[in-house]
Amino acid sequence: MRRTVGAVLRKELRLELRAPQAVPAMALFSVTTLVVFHFALQRGQVDGDLAAGVLWVTLLFAAMLGTSRLFVADHEEGGLDGFLLAPVDRTALLVAKALALFGFLAAVEVVAVPAFALLLLGPTPDVGAVAALVLVLALADAGIAVVGTLVGALAVQTRARDLLVPLLALPLLIPVVIAAAKATTPLFLPGGAEAVPGRWLAILGLYDLVFGLLAYAVFDYLVED
Amino acid sequence: MLYGTRLRALSILTAVTLTAGFGLAFFYAPMDADQGFMQKIFYVHVPLAIVALGGFVFGGVMAIQHLRTRDARYDLRSYVAIHLSLVLGAGVLITGSIWAKASWGHWWVWDEPTLVSFLVVFLLYATYQPLRFSIEDPERQARYASVFAITAGAFVPLNFLAVRLAQAYTHPRVFATTDGGLPAKMQLPFYLCLIGMALLFATLWKYEMASKHTSAQLRSLRRKLGGDDAVAPHGRSAAPSLGTSS
Amino acid sequence: MTDTLPDNTGYVAAAYLVFFALVLIYVVIMSSKLARFERELSELNELADRQVRERETVGAR
Repeated sequence: MRRTVGAVLRKELRLELRAPQAVPAMALFSVTTLVVFHFALQRGQVDGDLAAGVLWVTLLFAAMLGTSRLFVADHEEGGLDGFLLAPVDRTALLVAKALALFGFLAAVEVVAVPAFALLLLGPTPDVGAVAALVLVLALADAGIAVVGTLVGALAVQTRARDLLVPLLALPLLIPVVIAAAKATTPLFLPGGAEAVPGRWLAILGLYDLVFGLLAYAVFDYLVED
Repeated sequence: MLYGTRLRALSILTAVTLTAGFGLAFFYAPMDADQGFMQKIFYVHVPLAIVALGGFVFGGVMAIQHLRTRDARYDLRSYVAIHLSLVLGAGVLITGSIWAKASWGHWWVWDEPTLVSFLVVFLLYATYQPLRFSIEDPERQARYASVFAITAGAFVPLNFLAVRLAQAYTHPRVFATTDGGLPAKMQLPFYLCLIGMALLFATLWKYEMASKHTSAQLRSLRRKLGGDDAVAPHGRSAAPSLGTSS
Repeated sequence: MTDTLPDNTGYVAAAYLVFFALVLIYVVIMSSKLARFERELSELNELADRQVRERETVGAR
């Protein structure tokens, strides 16, 4: 199982490195969204809960872009059929794709978060705040990756996949948005960053666990033939 | 399996229970100290919400059975339950909005966590039918719909937890709920209304199941009598169809 | 009972009416389905009768 995951994951990363499609598009999209936010909110700077909101909406919508494309190449060019023929545990596909999506999100955030700090964020976060932010991002990305992979696999076989992915994924991700926004708000306060309430990290962890287990249980039924 | 058996007794029981529940709500339960007469909406709105959510979870359970046994009847049961809960859910949102308008003067408020969570759940399940419709192959449609129903069913409690926690420190819970806090004379009408709503769900569910079953039987009968060309081809549809076997 | 209705009667009535409207909509949908079933069943009955007659005519020959 681990070797299968490793093999599929290496394929995903190699494909993306060789012909970058998803990550540059997602990164560019997030920067553009930040600019749109500047004009839509009619502000030069945001802080506190508004800053957290802007950041998470931007990341979430960029994630929707990436998720729509996650299974498309496999579906259209037969990679999925090839995988199904191989005598391997099919859940390895779930794990590999989720890890890949997590990686793509992390790569996008390397661009998007500094861009956000540069363009719109008022207060400058210190090292402790940045570390806390990274933790929240990691937990939230895990949840987005799991749900995204599940929804992506569900939607790729339908006729309206680009519409269906955000339609299905956004309501499912609302607890992540709630917890992530609440968790990052103290980090962007104008008076200086405060500690993140542990409750929200616990919620993110619980969400990741529940959906991880659920996806694991249910994924086989999506990729059988 | 026949769905119409005992349907008449069930619907009579529903009518009696709901009438008794509403009657007690208006003539026996005391007036709420804070909200006055408008609190009476509570007796229709909250039981409806609880039953709708229960219906979604029931749909998820049927979906699990469908994936385990591959019996198409479980898929139909799941579909009807979710469909019915969605309609009841629309009723929950409308009655909740009316209550919000009466309480705070706005047709929608974000303060009440249960209503907000319900909106999110409603938006999620509203995608169930478009999802089904976008998959042509019936077997795959049923399978994917079941995966969705299970995922969404697991999502419901998680969502309520998250939204409730998000509200807890900003606004006190205003509306009386079932978690203790209900005075005794309000409890009897409330529980009667709750049972009545659950019976209503069961009645309407059986109603719709019997109707779909009858449709399928008629189709099968038509094929047996008239040959395969007497039957109109099955167009694309979001609803599952039963095979010719009963 | 007091002479005037309590406050917010309109809202309470509206909420309960919404509920009853939902249930009545179901009744309407079901009644139209029932009408269709009745029609189809009588068609099928005629079809079956016709087949029985044909078989008898064939058998009598």
